[in-house]
Amino acid sequence: MNINATLIGQTLSFFVFVWFCKKFVWPPMVNAMAERQKQIADGLAAAEKGQQAQEVAQKEAAELVSSAKTQAAEIIASAEKRGNAVVEEAKESATSEKERIVASAQAEVDQGVHAAREELRGQVSSIAVAAASKIAGKEIDQAAHADLIEDLVTQLKAS
Amino acid sequence: MASENGELTGAGYINHHLTNLTYGKFPDGSWGFAHGAEEAASMGFMAIHVDSMMWSLGLGIVMFLIFRSVAKGFSTDKPSKVQCFVESIFEMAQDSKDSTFTKQAKNEWIAPMALTIFVWVFFMNLMDLLPVDWLPEALKIAGFEYMKIVPSTDVNVALGTALAVFIMIIYYSLKVKGPVEFGKELSLQPFGKWLLPFNLLLELVGLLAKPLSLGLRLFGNMYAGELIFILIAMMYSAGWGLGLLGGFAQLGWAIFHILVITLQAYIFMMLTIVYLSQAHEHH
Repeated sequence: MNINATLIGQTLSFFVFVWFCKKFVWPPMVNAMAERQKQIADGLAAAEKGQQAQEVAQKEAAELVSSAKTQAAEIIASAEKRGNAVVEEAKESATSEKERIVASAQAEVDQGVHAAREELRGQVSSIAVAAASKIAGKEIDQAAHADLIEDLVTQLKAS
Repeated sequence: MASENGELTGAGYINHHLTNLTYGKFPDGSWGFAHGAEEAASMGFMAIHVDSMMWSLGLGIVMFLIFRSVAKGFSTDKPSKVQCFVESIFEMAQDSKDSTFTKQAKNEWIAPMALTIFVWVFFMNLMDLLPVDWLPEALKIAGFEYMKIVPSTDVNVALGTALAVFIMIIYYSLKVKGPVEFGKELSLQPFGKWLLPFNLLLELVGLLAKPLSLGLRLFGNMYAGELIFILIAMMYSAGWGLGLLGGFAQLGWAIFHILVITLQAYIFMMLTIVYLSQAHEHH
């Protein structure tokens, strides 16, 4: 309980400690804390910026997707149209080809029929002449009886 | 257990615990350690409490070692728990200064000083929580006759710290306001120039009351707390029943004392800041 030189000693040590704290302890800690505060602030700002960029990108992506969808729909529609047209064309060309083939076949057939008929007619007329001459017992003058024979052939033809 | 003449007496035990290890000049002119409170008192001012100074300086150094290790291993993105704790104390000191000082009164010294006061006084008070006999008895084996391990229960330490604050109050008053205005402040209020001597007396008492109340508040609280710890410790030598009761009493008082030592350290810091902010303000 005695007041003595300890009082002065404590006062001096107090000043030394305060000086030491101000010079060597306070600045590094406070600077480091300030640096961290800045880092946190920067980080938050960067995060916000990133979020904004992401929102913009999302919007852009949505726009791209929707435009792509429209384009795809258009392409599909035109392809369908084109397909239908191709089918129609093919159908038309097939029909005309068929008609052409049928017509040429018909013509060939007609031709064949006509030739066969002509041949047949010739043969019939000669057979008729032969038969008639056999029946008449003499040669029929082909020239004299041409009209008759012709008439006969016509009748045959009609039959 | 110790007493003046080897007997185990309550008064002797308490006295032993309340006596500092004193080194000083005997009345006959020789220097040496005092054996007993009477001898220490006879030395007058030319003596120093070796234990108080040793613990006070040692705890201050421990404080700075902790700060240094935290500052060295400072990590901005992965702070350790100790670092977070130390940071919050730094911020507390800075906030206390910012909330009291006006924006114009810039002083880079106040916040580090507040930090030093708070942590140092807290560490000195913290020694109070150690059981009162442990270190003194251990150091007795090492040859120290007396040992008070709580520096803030030494009135010299408490008043010495307050004296340093007082010197700073005077220094900043003179530096910021100038001698003329500081002198006017002391002599021309509150009653005007016709009652100048009375004003001066009033203001000087008020000025001197600042460091005295600051130091004696800390000393009184810590001294009383220490005394109660010593009284509780006496119960251990009074049989099993009282000893057990003493154990609970010490636990309860120690838990309560955690609040007291923190509060006293905080009050000391806060009042210092307030006094110094007054020294910076123009009236």
